[in-house]
Amino acid sequence: MTLPDPFALAAAALLALGFYGFVVQRHPLRRLLAINVFGNGVFMTLILVARWMPGGPDPIPHAMVLTGIVIAVSATAMGLALVRRDLRQGDGKDGGDRD
Amino acid sequence: MTEWVPVLVVFVPFLAGVVQFMAGRRVIAWWPVLASVATVAVSLWLTFAVAAGGGIEHFMGGWQPPLGIALRADGLATVMILLTAVVGGLVSVYALEAHGTGDPRASHFWALWLMLWGSLNALFLSADLFNIYVTLELVTLAAIPLVLLAGPEKTVTAALRYLQFALFGSLLYLAGVALTYGLAGSLDLALVGPALTDGGITGAVAATCMVVGLLVKAAVFPFHVWLPAAHGGAPAAVSAILSALVVKAAVYLLLRLWTGPLAGLADGLVAQLMGALGAAAILYGSIQAFRQERLKLVVAYSTVAQLGYMLLFFPMAVAQAWEGAVYHGLSHGVAKAALFLAAGNVLVYLGHDRVRDLKGLDRSLSVSLLAFGIAGVSIMGLPPSGGFIAKWLLLRASLETGQWWWAVVLISGGLLAAAYIFRVLRYAFLQAPDRPPATTGPIPPPIMALPATLLALLAIALGFTAAPLLALLGGLPEGTG
Repeated sequence: MTLPDPFALAAAALLALGFYGFVVQRHPLRRLLAINVFGNGVFMTLILVARWMPGGPDPIPHAMVLTGIVIAVSATAMGLALVRRDLRQGDGKDGGDRD
Repeated sequence: MTEWVPVLVVFVPFLAGVVQFMAGRRVIAWWPVLASVATVAVSLWLTFAVAAGGGIEHFMGGWQPPLGIALRADGLATVMILLTAVVGGLVSVYALEAHGTGDPRASHFWALWLMLWGSLNALFLSADLFNIYVTLELVTLAAIPLVLLAGPEKTVTAALRYLQFALFGSLLYLAGVALTYGLAGSLDLALVGPALTDGGITGAVAATCMVVGLLVKAAVFPFHVWLPAAHGGAPAAVSAILSALVVKAAVYLLLRLWTGPLAGLADGLVAQLMGALGAAAILYGSIQAFRQERLKLVVAYSTVAQLGYMLLFFPMAVAQAWEGAVYHGLSHGVAKAALFLAAGNVLVYLGHDRVRDLKGLDRSLSVSLLAFGIAGVSIMGLPPSGGFIAKWLLLRASLETGQWWWAVVLISGGLLAAAYIFRVLRYAFLQAPDRPPATTGPIPPPIMALPATLLALLAIALGFTAAPLLALLGGLPEGTG
């Protein structure tokens, strides 16, 4: 192919953005969002893989994405609960991320 | 009948955990006992079935892969399930007293721990790359709330950091799985190897994503930053489970992938790099363990160090290194669980675990301190103990392959381990107390002290039972090295 697939570019952009966010961001909520952006990049890659498989769209990566989304939702919910608790507690303390 | 045993090993603890969760407030006091005994029983059944008749494979619901889910119990999976049963069973005995069974708070512990037990067994039996991802996430989602049982105000920051690293690690792993599927059109561990080897740059990127993702989950240096606070802050029973089993599950997957699908890609330089990470973990973790002021953090940093030994398999990749790495996983599992339970007893009795203030415990906590000392023997790798056998096998492998530098790491790691174990024992035994220790809790009853001692004695016993266990494990998978 001559022109890169726009979906591939979008997936790569999401992966790069998510990775950058995870490494750079210190605020727990931003970090959690960065993880989600990265995850969406991975899911998009899976959908691309399904499209590029010989013999048309392959259902197995689609099933993998659906499973992945379920896991991402529950993990993010737990992460948000933890972030809320952490921030409420951190108010009186240093507030920043200890390293 | 035996082809159903892998299913039982996964679903007995998992469904028991679900029932415990649903029962909620109207908890049944004997349910955790029944569930733990049943899980240990089916795990032992699986062990004996595999030892007698070789590997077992089961297709869930009769569906063949790729749509169906296969459970595959080979030697490596079986020894890990056996380790989980032994450590899990004894930690459950400890938890019967430490967490109780009658009230709703205890119900949280048992529901999560039983689901974690089932998830771990499922992870060990998984035969395809995507199933491994799902079970990895199940393990994470069950393990993190367990950390919070120590009291959210103490551990929420550690749990949050644990969650971030765990999620990122598994997504990185999933990215590798996606690329692998694109190359191979399959997820079966036994089938994707050739496509990855011929995959050129894509195959290399896929392998890198999977390996780095698992390194993050295994808390291998330099990705260890989330481990000490989470393992050090959790309740003792949970710390024991996390350090002995949960991080080991990720290292187990590294061993499994490296000797299976990634065998064709295992480049000498990459293998040396993995070994270097292991060596760095051993040295850094041991030095940090020596410098910690709190007993549980000493033990937690010791986990960072001890996981490094298993990584020394990669540069050597001979049969003895394989046996040594897995055997190290087993002996570290029982010894580390003993150390954490003993440290937990100190915390119960004193109300703190500052290493400097451990004076004068030798009478009241003699059984727990004995467990700490005996388990320490295995951690240091002194004979006769499981740790010694493992290090001896690794040492022989390093000399056999002419890579003497790993022998230097092995020996210095043992010396450093002796330093941080003896530092604790010196404070606990040798210094006479100026005054009786200011205690806040009762002397832990025997039901809390004995599981630690039994685990410690098992770590020693592993020094004598190497032959049957290594026979069960089987040799290095073909095509490696």
